[in-house]
Amino acid sequence: MKRFAACAGYMLLIYGFIFLPVIVLVLFSFQDGRFPVPPLKGLTLKWHAEVLADEDLRAALLHSLVVAVGSSLVALFFGFLAARALAHSTMRGAAAIRGALTAPLSVSYLVIGLGLLASFNIAGIGLSLWTVAIGHVVINLPLCFAICYAALGAGEIQAERAARDLGAPEWRVMALVTAPMIFPALLAAFLLSITFSWDEFLIAFLLSRFEVTLPVEIWSLLRSGLNPKTNAVGSLVFLVSALAFLAVELATKRRI
Amino acid sequence: MTGSIEQIERRRALALLAPATLWTLLFFALPFGVMAAISLRRSGTAGWSLGNYTEFLGNPEYIGAFLNSLEITVTVTVLSVLLAYPLAWIIAEEIPPRCRRLALALAVLPFWTSYVVRSYAWSLVMAKQGVLNEAITSLGLPALALGNSRAAVVIGFTHFFTMLLVLTIYASLVQLPPNLRRAAADLGAGPVAIFRHVIWPLALPGVAVGAFLTFALCIGDYVTPQILGGGNDLALPQLVMLQIGRSADLPMASALSIILMVAVTVAYLLLARSMRAVK
Repeated sequence: MKRFAACAGYMLLIYGFIFLPVIVLVLFSFQDGRFPVPPLKGLTLKWHAEVLADEDLRAALLHSLVVAVGSSLVALFFGFLAARALAHSTMRGAAAIRGALTAPLSVSYLVIGLGLLASFNIAGIGLSLWTVAIGHVVINLPLCFAICYAALGAGEIQAERAARDLGAPEWRVMALVTAPMIFPALLAAFLLSITFSWDEFLIAFLLSRFEVTLPVEIWSLLRSGLNPKTNAVGSLVFLVSALAFLAVELATKRRI
Repeated sequence: MTGSIEQIERRRALALLAPATLWTLLFFALPFGVMAAISLRRSGTAGWSLGNYTEFLGNPEYIGAFLNSLEITVTVTVLSVLLAYPLAWIIAEEIPPRCRRLALALAVLPFWTSYVVRSYAWSLVMAKQGVLNEAITSLGLPALALGNSRAAVVIGFTHFFTMLLVLTIYASLVQLPPNLRRAAADLGAGPVAIFRHVIWPLALPGVAVGAFLTFALCIGDYVTPQILGGGNDLALPQLVMLQIGRSADLPMASALSIILMVAVTVAYLLLARSMRAVK
């Protein structure tokens, strides 16, 4: 009994710590007043309405979506091709190429962003959503590659050989045999990439200029100090992400 | 297409590898080389030199920022492991298995707030008139001045990495075979001895990987110290961003980033060595 109480007490404490900022964020997004600090003067939806009506935020949301989906698709496609080439490969240098392809995982975003910024400067390439997307492919490609690589087992390779023996051209082998066989891994890699790109700040901040993604737009909102509108943006982003997470949880649970 | 099967397979593999490899070379390896080269230039002068690096070693402002970063990162790593380990343990061992998934999902739920917003939420909690001070003063205690302080940065970081470490430590705890524990108990070991001599050493590699991840992500982060720490008492990434923004000094920013990378690499080597010593 004493042991149970200790466990319950500790869980309460840590969960309290973990949830405290989220609860405060969401609660004070309903604040009927100009400052998101106690006392709570009343509940209102006007800050949420203001966020949804904000042109800049809506544009940033759209940019974020485009960059996330676009960069994730490219990263997944390239990562999948590379994983297929290296899975069960006896080629000389395969291990070295594998290491090189996953190297960006161990380098901080600050270094990746700064390197690209300096290179684009020298090459005379202007900053735009394109440059942000290039950066996001760099961080997501190793992830997609590693997930696809881990999913390709001996079974997949044999099925591919069989398809090739039956005369299927290479692209049909990939599209009709390999991809469907590792579909869950492809989906996981794609969704994970989207989450990473969607939430990424530093690279997007360094590599964008006039058109910005949502985290960068929120960043510039923070300069106005504590503001219930910022709470409202944060709460809405949290709501969307939590719902997406719940959907993925439910989808995978059913399969098991 | 002629040649032996091996040659055909090899050609096919190279074609499939080409996009990913070229992308990584062009947008990762090349920029890194460019950055390393630029760090050897000196803003406003011609020629190549180690000037930026000697400047770093000689300037107390830079060294101070580096030490700040190191101090914050080590504190955060230790605190997060201490907070996360018991919770991971409780989820893995003490609660009914059907509740585990829910308990884990709850433990990482705030991950899904946007990264930038999470630090902002903590600045709300710790503001002068924020919830925390409200609670403290209603108990009759004096209010804390946590806003824009080192403590605020440490709390914000610890929050994030506690969530991360619950996941990694849980993962290394559940993969231990339960038979080991039963065997130790049969041989007369009490709960403390079992933990000390069986669980702790076996789960240690997983904990160490989580701790290294914390170290690497924490020391390179700009957002949390910028929002919660404010303008004085800078961390190294803040200094890098200052060099890019205000002073437009890319060479110095590059040199500082490389120093940051060296710190992470040294931490990794130390970890790898101590892991080998344990084995």
